[in-house]
Amino acid sequence: MHNKSITDLAKGLRSGEFSSVELTQAFLNRIKQHSSLNCYITVTEDLALQEAKAADDRIAKGDATLLTGIPIAQKDIFCTQGVKTTCGSKILDNFIAPYNATVVEKFNQAGSVMLGKLNMDEFAMGSSNETSYYGAVRNPWDHNAIPGGSSGGSAAAVAAGLAVCATGTDTGGSIRQPASHCGITGLKPTYGRVSRYGMIAYASSLDQGGPMARSAEDAAIMLQVMAGFDERDSTSVDLPVPDYRAGLSNPIEGLKIGLPKEFFGAGLNSDVAAVIEAAVNEYRKLGAHIKEVSMPNLKLAIPAYYVIASAECSANLSRFDGVRYGYRCANPEDLTDLYTRSRGEGFGKEVKRRILMGTYALSAGYYDAYYIKAQKVRRLISDDFKKALSEVDVIMGPVAPSAAFGIGEKIGNPIEMYLSDIYTIAINLAGLPAMSMPAGVVGGKPVGLQIIGNYFAEHRLLNIAHQYQQVTDWHQQSPKGFE
Amino acid sequence: MEWEAVIGLEIHTQLATKSKIFSGASTAYGAEPNTQACAVDLGLPGVLPVLNEEAVRMAVLFGLAIEAEVAPYSVFARKNYFYPDLPKGYQISQFELPIVGLGHLDIDVDGVKKRVGVTRAHLEEDAGKSLHEDFHGLTGIDLNRAGTPLLEIVSEPDMRSAKEAVAYMRKLHELVRYLGICDGNMQEGSFRCDANVSVRPKGQQAFGTRAEIKNINSFRFVEKAINYEIERQIDLIESGGEVVQETRLYDADKDQTRSMRSKEEANDYRYFPDPDLLPVVVDEAFKAQVKATMPELPDAKKQRFKDQYGLDDESTAILTSSRPLADYFEAVVKESACEARICANWVTGDLSAALNRSGLEITDSPVSHERLAGLLARISDNTISGKIAKQVFEEMWQGTASADEIIEAKGLKQITDTGAIEAIIDKIIANNPEQVEQYRSGKDKVFGFFVGQVMKEMQGKANPGEVNKMLKDKLK
Amino acid sequence: MSLTTDDVKKIAHLARLGIDESDIESYAKDLSRMLDLMTQMSELNTDDVIPMAHPMDQVQRLRPDTVTERNNREQFQAIAPQVEAGLYLVPKVIE
Repeated sequence: MHNKSITDLAKGLRSGEFSSVELTQAFLNRIKQHSSLNCYITVTEDLALQEAKAADDRIAKGDATLLTGIPIAQKDIFCTQGVKTTCGSKILDNFIAPYNATVVEKFNQAGSVMLGKLNMDEFAMGSSNETSYYGAVRNPWDHNAIPGGSSGGSAAAVAAGLAVCATGTDTGGSIRQPASHCGITGLKPTYGRVSRYGMIAYASSLDQGGPMARSAEDAAIMLQVMAGFDERDSTSVDLPVPDYRAGLSNPIEGLKIGLPKEFFGAGLNSDVAAVIEAAVNEYRKLGAHIKEVSMPNLKLAIPAYYVIASAECSANLSRFDGVRYGYRCANPEDLTDLYTRSRGEGFGKEVKRRILMGTYALSAGYYDAYYIKAQKVRRLISDDFKKALSEVDVIMGPVAPSAAFGIGEKIGNPIEMYLSDIYTIAINLAGLPAMSMPAGVVGGKPVGLQIIGNYFAEHRLLNIAHQYQQVTDWHQQSPKGFE
Repeated sequence: MEWEAVIGLEIHTQLATKSKIFSGASTAYGAEPNTQACAVDLGLPGVLPVLNEEAVRMAVLFGLAIEAEVAPYSVFARKNYFYPDLPKGYQISQFELPIVGLGHLDIDVDGVKKRVGVTRAHLEEDAGKSLHEDFHGLTGIDLNRAGTPLLEIVSEPDMRSAKEAVAYMRKLHELVRYLGICDGNMQEGSFRCDANVSVRPKGQQAFGTRAEIKNINSFRFVEKAINYEIERQIDLIESGGEVVQETRLYDADKDQTRSMRSKEEANDYRYFPDPDLLPVVVDEAFKAQVKATMPELPDAKKQRFKDQYGLDDESTAILTSSRPLADYFEAVVKESACEARICANWVTGDLSAALNRSGLEITDSPVSHERLAGLLARISDNTISGKIAKQVFEEMWQGTASADEIIEAKGLKQITDTGAIEAIIDKIIANNPEQVEQYRSGKDKVFGFFVGQVMKEMQGKANPGEVNKMLKDKLK
Repeated sequence: MSLTTDDVKKIAHLARLGIDESDIESYAKDLSRMLDLMTQMSELNTDDVIPMAHPMDQVQRLRPDTVTERNNREQFQAIAPQVEAGLYLVPKVIE
C-alpha cells in the first residue's frame, strides 16, 4: 500500500477497499518500524487518526478531493497550529505554533491526513540533514549515506514509504538535491507560486515551498493544492493556477532541451554524467531536440548565493531572542546576556556560521563589496537563464555532482558542502521552477535528473517528467527493505 | 564670540490608519497590553508583512502638501538592532529610497517669514513599549504599538533658534492634522520630536558637532530642551571642551539634557532591502487620485479667511488653528446669514470659552453649528439682542433645544411694538425728572441711564436700536 | 581576506550570538574561507548592472486599511517564556 500512487490510493479509498483510518494506521506502523531512519521530528498519531476519520466521513459524503484521506507529512519548517514546529532547531524545540501556514491550511482543506513533522537541516541550512538538532536522517538506500538536505526527512520518508508524499522547501536546492539522493520526484516552483506565509524564513528572496512525491503525477496533485495567490504574502504572485494534471499526457515531441556546458565540467562525477546522458537520450527518443547552451556566470552563483542567503538569514533569525517564544537561557543576568546566551545555546554551528557571515556582509564598510555585488551577480545569472530559455524550452542537467555522500563525510568542511550545491543554487537566484526526478542509480544510490523551466512553467516541467516516467521505471524503484 | 545654533528636527508622526502598517491589527490607543499585537506584530516565525494602502496614501498626501518630490519608486529596508520592544530584531523602515523627497514648509517667527527645507519623509513601523514599573526587577513589554505606521519627517538643519524650531514643529503639527493623517496627540505619542542641535561661531560655514535630543513630547519642552542644549554646548566650547556626537535625553523636571547611557558600540544598523516587501510604486494616476483629496491647507485658508470674511489676524489664527474649527465657523456663517465678524466673535468667544471650561474639542461641542447658526440668525434678524443671545446660548449649552424653542418658551423675543416701548419710555421720563433735567442741560452720559432703565423694565427684550432712537426723540 | 578572532567576537556581539571561546578560532577560519569564496565575485565587472533584490520584477501590493485581527493574547502568551499582567518580561531595560 505504501508504494501506491495518490490516484490509486484515492481509488481504493473511494471503492472502500480500505479506509483512510486503515491507510493512516499502516503508515503510522511503518513510521514506528523504520524510526531508525530518523525521518520524523514529531509524529502526530492521534491527530492523524482523527483527520483520517474525518476524511472517511467526507469520502462517504462524496465531497472528497484526490488528497482526501491521503497520509502526507509536513517538513517541520511549516507552522502547524497546536503542533510543535521546530525548524530542526533547539531554539524552537518548545514552540507549539499558534497558527497554520497557508500551505498547511490548504492541505487541511483538501482533507489530507498529516502524519507528522519531518526532520530537516536546522533552519533549512544544510545539504545533508546533518545540521538538525534532532540528528541526521539516514538515506533509506544506504543507511550510512546522507539523504540530502535540507528537506532530507521529507525525501527519505517518501522514498521509504513513511508518507505518501511530503512538503519540502528549496532555498538553494533543498527539495531537488534530497529528491535526487533519495530517488523521488521533487519540484521547486517559481518563486511566488506557493505562499511562504507560515513557512519559517531562511532566505526570503530565495525560499520556495514545493511537493516531494513518488512521481510527477503525484507531485502535480500536490502542487495543485499548494500553488496559488495568498494575500498574506506580498511576494505571492497573483496568476491563475493551471490544471497541472491535465497536461501530463501531452506529447513532448519537438521539445527543445538545452544542456549548459558549465553543468558538465570537471566537478561532475562521470557516473552521474552517464546517468544524465542516458536520460537525455531517452528524451531524444521521445522526439526532443538537444542543444548546448551557456551559463557563463554560473560559477559565481555559489558566492552570490551565500552572501544573499546569509544576509537575509542574519536578519530573519533575529526574532529568535528568547522574549516571546522559543528557547530562553536560564537565569539571564541582563538583556544582552538573555539575547546572547538564548541564541548562542539555541542555534547550532552552521546556523551561527551563516548568521555571522550575513552580519559581516551587511555591516558598515562591506555592504557594497558583498551584498550589492552579490545582487548584481544575481542579475547576471538570472539574465544567463533568460537568454538560454529564449533559445530552448527547458534546461536539463545534474542535480548534484555525485550520488549521496556518507554521513559525516563533509560536515567538517562547510565550503566543500556549499560547493556541492553548484547545479541547484543558481535556479533560486533566478527564481525559476526546477525539478528533480530519478534517472538512474550509481553505486546503489539513486541519481536525479534536473529539469529547469521558464517562469510559471511548472505544468510543462511536470508534463516532461511524466512523459519520461511513462517510458522508464526509475521512479518506481524502492530501496532494499522498503519495497 | 557670537554663536549661532543650527537645528534640525526629526518628527515621528503616527499615521491615523485603522490598522497597522503591515498587519490587520488595530492601532487604537489605550488597549490592554498585547491585545492588539497579532502574529505579524509579534514577529512569530513564518509571518509576513503586507503594506497598508492608507499609510501610502497618507505619505503621498503629505509629500504633495509640502511640494516635495513623491518618489515613483520607494523601497522598504530592514534596520537591524536588538531591543525587546522590537519583536523581529529589525525595524522595517525606508533608507536609501524614501517615499517623500525634498520639500519645504514656511514658518513665521515674530512676523519674519522663513522657508525650512524638509529633507525627506519615510514610512516605517513603530516599536512597542517597555514598561519600567517594577516586575520583580524585570521590564514588561507591550507590543500593541508595534507596527503602528509612522511617517518620519526629517528637516534640513535650517533652523537657527529654539523659537524657529518650535514654529516649524507647530506648523508641521497643524499641517498633519489638516491633512487628517495624524491626530497630533502628543500625550499619546502620536507626534514625537527628536532635535539635532549644534552650535558654530557666527559666520562660519561648517557645522559644529551635533547632539541628538530624543523624544521630546511637547512644544514647550522642545523650546526648553534646545535652549538648554545650545547653552550647554556654548559653555562647553568656551571652557575649552568639545561637543561629542551623542544621543541625549531631556529631563523636564530638571530642565536639562543628559547623555544617554553610552552605547557599547557605534550603531551599525546593517540596512538592506527587506526581501519580504517589494518596491512601492506610486504612479501619476495614484498621485492624481490623492491630490484630488487634498484639503485646503492652513496658509491658503488663513489668507482666504482674511479676504473673504474680513477677519483680523487674531481671529483668523484661532479659527484656522484646526480644520474642524474652521469648518464649524464657515458652516455657521453660511447657515446663519449673519455677519462673519459676529460669527467669528461667537465662535472664538462664547463658544470657545464654553468648550474650554468643559475641556471639549470643537468636534464634541454640545452646540452644533446648526444650532449656533440658528441663534445667530435671530440676532441678525433682530429677533433678540446680543445680550439675550448670550442667555439663550447658555440654555442651549445645557440642553438640546434650538434657539427658537428657547426664545419662544422663555418669551425672549425682542419687543418691536413701538407703542409698548413708547409707553415705558414715557413712564420712565415721568418718574425721573431730575435725570431728564440733567440730560437736557447737556449731560449726555445720563442717556445710558435711560437706556438701562428701559431695558430693565423690558427685561432686555427691546430692540436697543429702537429704544435709542425713541429715547432721543422723547428727550429732545 | 581573513578574519581575526577579534573580528568574529565583534560580529558575534552585533548578532547577539553567544559563541564558545574554544570555537572562535574555527569560526574565524571558516568565515575567512567563505570570504575567499565570495571575493571571487570581484573578478567580474558589474559596474553597469542593476542590483537584483527580488527574482520577480513585481511591485508591492497594497492591503486595504481594515482591522482583520482579533485579540489572541492568551494563545500567543501560552508559548512565551515569561509573562505577567499581559506583558512579556525581560531583564531590566536601562535607558
